Amino acid sequence: MQGFKLAFNYLRIGIMNEFQYRANLYIQILQTFIALATGLIGLNLVFNQVTELGGWNKAELLAVMGVFTVTGGFIRAAIQPNMERLMDEIREGTLDYALTKPADAQLLVSVREFRLWQMVDVVTGVIVMIVALSQLDWFVDFWSVLGFFSALFLGAIMIYCFWLIITSTAFWFVRVNEIANLFEGLYAAGRWPVDIYPNWLRYGLTFLVPVAFAVTVPAQALTGRLTLQTWFGALALTVTLFIVARTVWKVGVKNYSGASA
Amino acid sequence: MKRYFDYYTSMMKFSVMEQWQYPVANYFYMIGMLAEPVIYMVVWSAVANQQGGTVGGYTPGSLAAYYIVWTLVRQMNIAFTPYGWEWRIRQGRLSMSLLRPIHPLHEDVAFFAGWKVVMIILWIPLALALSLIFKPDLHPTLLEGVVFFVAIWMAYLIRTITLSLLGMVTFWTTRVSALFELYFAAELILSGRLVPLSLMPEAVQKAAWFFPFRWAFGYPIEVLVGNMPTNDLFIGLGMQFAWVFFGVVVVSQIWKVAIRRFSAVGG
Repeated sequence: MQGFKLAFNYLRIGIMNEFQYRANLYIQILQTFIALATGLIGLNLVFNQVTELGGWNKAELLAVMGVFTVTGGFIRAAIQPNMERLMDEIREGTLDYALTKPADAQLLVSVREFRLWQMVDVVTGVIVMIVALSQLDWFVDFWSVLGFFSALFLGAIMIYCFWLIITSTAFWFVRVNEIANLFEGLYAAGRWPVDIYPNWLRYGLTFLVPVAFAVTVPAQALTGRLTLQTWFGALALTVTLFIVARTVWKVGVKNYSGASA
Repeated sequence: MKRYFDYYTSMMKFSVMEQWQYPVANYFYMIGMLAEPVIYMVVWSAVANQQGGTVGGYTPGSLAAYYIVWTLVRQMNIAFTPYGWEWRIRQGRLSMSLLRPIHPLHEDVAFFAGWKVVMIILWIPLALALSLIFKPDLHPTLLEGVVFFVAIWMAYLIRTITLSLLGMVTFWTTRVSALFELYFAAELILSGRLVPLSLMPEAVQKAAWFFPFRWAFGYPIEVLVGNMPTNDLFIGLGMQFAWVFFGVVVVSQIWKVAIRRFSAVGG
């Protein structure tokens, strides 16, 4: 309970911080708009040539793009800023200030930052999904909706765990900013359903960088392709990743010697 | 002339030595950039396969060739970012360069040109790996090879010029990120970076002729990958030279006005 209160307070502070820089909202809207436009252009170029790609039609791929935008927005609003701050603090030795606070350190380092304006992406993604669903004649039932929200939630947790594992390697390697760039490149692969990639890449995007579970699986739920088997697979992987992330973090903190603060 | 030659050779040497110290960081940087072309390649190969083997004149093999050459041209396209200009001007870092008896832009051109040498050497193993995986269909002639070699360096100059011009906008205003984003989006569409231009609608292909983007990106790739008539090879080089010439004139004129506005101290 204490944890929720802490997270909520940091969220409030994050939002108040963002309100100091309202002009950034307009820049964010423009950026989101440009990203959406280039995404739609890419999609249209493909569907000028074919009517379906790897078994997905245009409206269904639009749904994938919606999920991609929502999840990407959430990552940039809540996950990435926290992890980038953590990377810097580990390198500079200022993590001491977080470790000495009387709260669970992993929780604390995961909730300190929140970029409200990035939620423009989330809103835009939801609109894209609604458009896609209306093109699909709202062919969704109760189970699809439940599957969608649970898959989205599990996907977000998996991405968080992935980031925490990568960031925790900074306890040993110190400079890991380049790995963050690598993630951004790989996440872009989620714009398309992972079924179209060659096997080695598909496995990589499923188990190494859980892009498949964060984007393709929720989109499968939305378009009525999610099987119970996949859903349990997602649950199992989420639990595993969470345990691994927690362990790596714990060992990492033990290894941390506070460089200079 | 000799003064410039000496300056360029020592600056490039310096940059090669500096960048060679960080092969791992440079590699991560390059691998991160590989995701983009691999995604395009896979998507368009899937489209080509579904259409019975070709799309817009490209087979999966020639698409693989296009996007593997793409990775080299992308490396050649890296120049001092316009976002860096903002930092340079706001923090007054430019003062230092202005004290030297040589135009500050030469420093950028020479430094990044040296870095390219390191990047090309590091790129070769990556290109071999990509070739083993995706089996590109690439049979350049000697002439195409020579034109390509010239074209990638001209592409580098064109992109340096356009990015510097964009960066120099910061002399007037520091709220520039919106402008930069628009520029990069236009470049993505019109350069042949997103897809080979022959997959674009007719109107876009025609428009692309009049912008610098395609000459700095799509054209060098097509030289090596497409079966361009010899005539077109040289028309392309001509367009590149024209853009560089025009760009140098514009940059030097704008620079004269812009530099008067620069007032930062320190740095």
